[in-house]
Amino acid sequence: MGLTQKSGSEILFSIFLFLVCTIIFLIIVYPLYFIIIASISDSTLVSTGKVFLIPKGISLFGYSEIFQDSRIWTGYRNTVFYTALGTFVNLLFTLPAAYVLSRKEFKARRIIMLLFVITMFFNGGLIPTYLLMKGLHLTNTMWVFIIPFCVNVFYLIIARTFFETSLPSELYEAAAIDGCSHFKFFALVAMPLSKALISVIGLYYLVGHWNDFFTALIYIRSNELQPLQIVLRDILLSNQVFASGAGVGGDSGGYAQRYADQIKYGVIIVSTLPILVLYPFLQKYFEKGVMIGSVKG
Amino acid sequence: MSSQTIEIGSNSEAGVRLSKKPTVLNTFKRDYQLWIMILPAIAVIVIFSYLPMYGIQLAFRDFDFSKGLTGGAWRGLYYFDQFINSYLFIDLMKNTFFISLATIVIGFPAPILLALILNQIRRKKMKQIMQTTVYLPHFISIIVLVGMLNVLLSPETGIVGYIMKSIGLGHINLLASTNTFIPVYVLSDIWQHCGWNSIIYLAALSTVDPLLYDSAKIDGASRWQTVRYVDFPAIVPTIIILFVLSMGGILSTGFEKIFLMQNSLNLPVTEVIATYVYKIGIVSNQFSYAAAIGLFNTVINFIFLFAVNAIAKRASNMSLF
Repeated sequence: MGLTQKSGSEILFSIFLFLVCTIIFLIIVYPLYFIIIASISDSTLVSTGKVFLIPKGISLFGYSEIFQDSRIWTGYRNTVFYTALGTFVNLLFTLPAAYVLSRKEFKARRIIMLLFVITMFFNGGLIPTYLLMKGLHLTNTMWVFIIPFCVNVFYLIIARTFFETSLPSELYEAAAIDGCSHFKFFALVAMPLSKALISVIGLYYLVGHWNDFFTALIYIRSNELQPLQIVLRDILLSNQVFASGAGVGGDSGGYAQRYADQIKYGVIIVSTLPILVLYPFLQKYFEKGVMIGSVKG
Repeated sequence: MSSQTIEIGSNSEAGVRLSKKPTVLNTFKRDYQLWIMILPAIAVIVIFSYLPMYGIQLAFRDFDFSKGLTGGAWRGLYYFDQFINSYLFIDLMKNTFFISLATIVIGFPAPILLALILNQIRRKKMKQIMQTTVYLPHFISIIVLVGMLNVLLSPETGIVGYIMKSIGLGHINLLASTNTFIPVYVLSDIWQHCGWNSIIYLAALSTVDPLLYDSAKIDGASRWQTVRYVDFPAIVPTIIILFVLSMGGILSTGFEKIFLMQNSLNLPVTEVIATYVYKIGIVSNQFSYAAAIGLFNTVINFIFLFAVNAIAKRASNMSLF
């Protein structure tokens, strides 16, 4: 009897688990799915709650407006540029430093590590940092996206831990006997062995650049330099939907809020698409990155 | 390059040379390449993290455009005094405290629960799909998230507004009401980050010895009991550490999301220290006053961090430092 009871509760547990997972899945996915179908549906049907599961009254009005909006493409171009160059500089500064800190024979490693870790818990705050950037004439230049915070200490620790655990010290010793320098060893041995790590922190950095709007909000004034996220803010939140600047209720009231909304749905898709397309391929690396980092805090 | 080979390669000779203890100075020549590799990172950290720390003294000085960051007259605690006695002080503290408290109380347990649930999924394929799904919102930008909230919750054209009307909840603008701001803020935060934050607990769960599950099974434990008595205790240390860390941020609500969700109608509950510092400092150029408020915030966070850490140490012998 005990046996049947146990399998009974086991079945109950499985059903419960399945239900809970289904609910979680729907809560996460449905809003995203809804935005996709809303962006291609007739905006009147969307705003009156007629669109739930499948797109209705297919209309690409939103997308055609978006494609004609030069603000979005300027923003897109800037963001792609900042993201590509920024991520490259991030890796260029972070990886060699992490390699050095992983070398046991490097005598200054503890003190330098401490120097880095302190900055995770304490910083000068917004105003002194802002005044420093002004003093260095970095405000209103593209370099403010690239240089100032190009070393993220958390990712540095992840990289260091990875090098420590995956590059046995015998490997370097063997190479050194053959006359291999640290430069060569890093470039020709350590890097090729660290593809997983490079993808992980490269992607962390990449997503960070893509989604960053704080930097531009604080340091950038010129319209020509604005990244996509700032353009998105104007469109999505400040309701400056139409490039002409007419805004809602402008000419003849024909551009009503619901047309604006369709453009907003479309803009959300267009701006998030690159990340969403990359995501499924890279997901397995993201988790690995956190695992590597959590081995040693 | 050859001197390196000698040091590492031949032990007999190195015995003599290494009798002098290796220090930073006498290994400098050997390790000069390592120094070159780490120098850029050190330079960036010193310039962009340590120089602003030096600039904190601005909170105790007047800001003088001609004399730079540290040239103004010394004012002591004048700006702190001004902040504590300002009519906004109580509201700012209250708003900041309530928003972060709500985020911690409701937002902190969510990833723990999620990790325990995900860990129960036996079918590998299904677990993979679930994990891919729950991590996804983490990568959406804050602007897009707040934009989504705006279009979905809009009382005129949004689907949530429509549903609320049709079930008779009336015409409420969830984004412009002082009562609904915190729920919307916290729930959307959970929606976005719960999955990602569960990874660290999943990592802790993956280190549980499989033998424990086997012996629990032999002892006749149901799956509920296994979760309660095997899985949960395994992640308690992680929970405590993360809890202490999150208490250290009790007065540091994220700036970006609140700033973006702010509007004139919900301002009475959404003006927090971070947004106020931005307005006072960056928008109105009252640098010293803003720096003082920022520093005040940081100090309170530190006090909380140390206090909670001390309590955790007492209660469970777990500590950050």
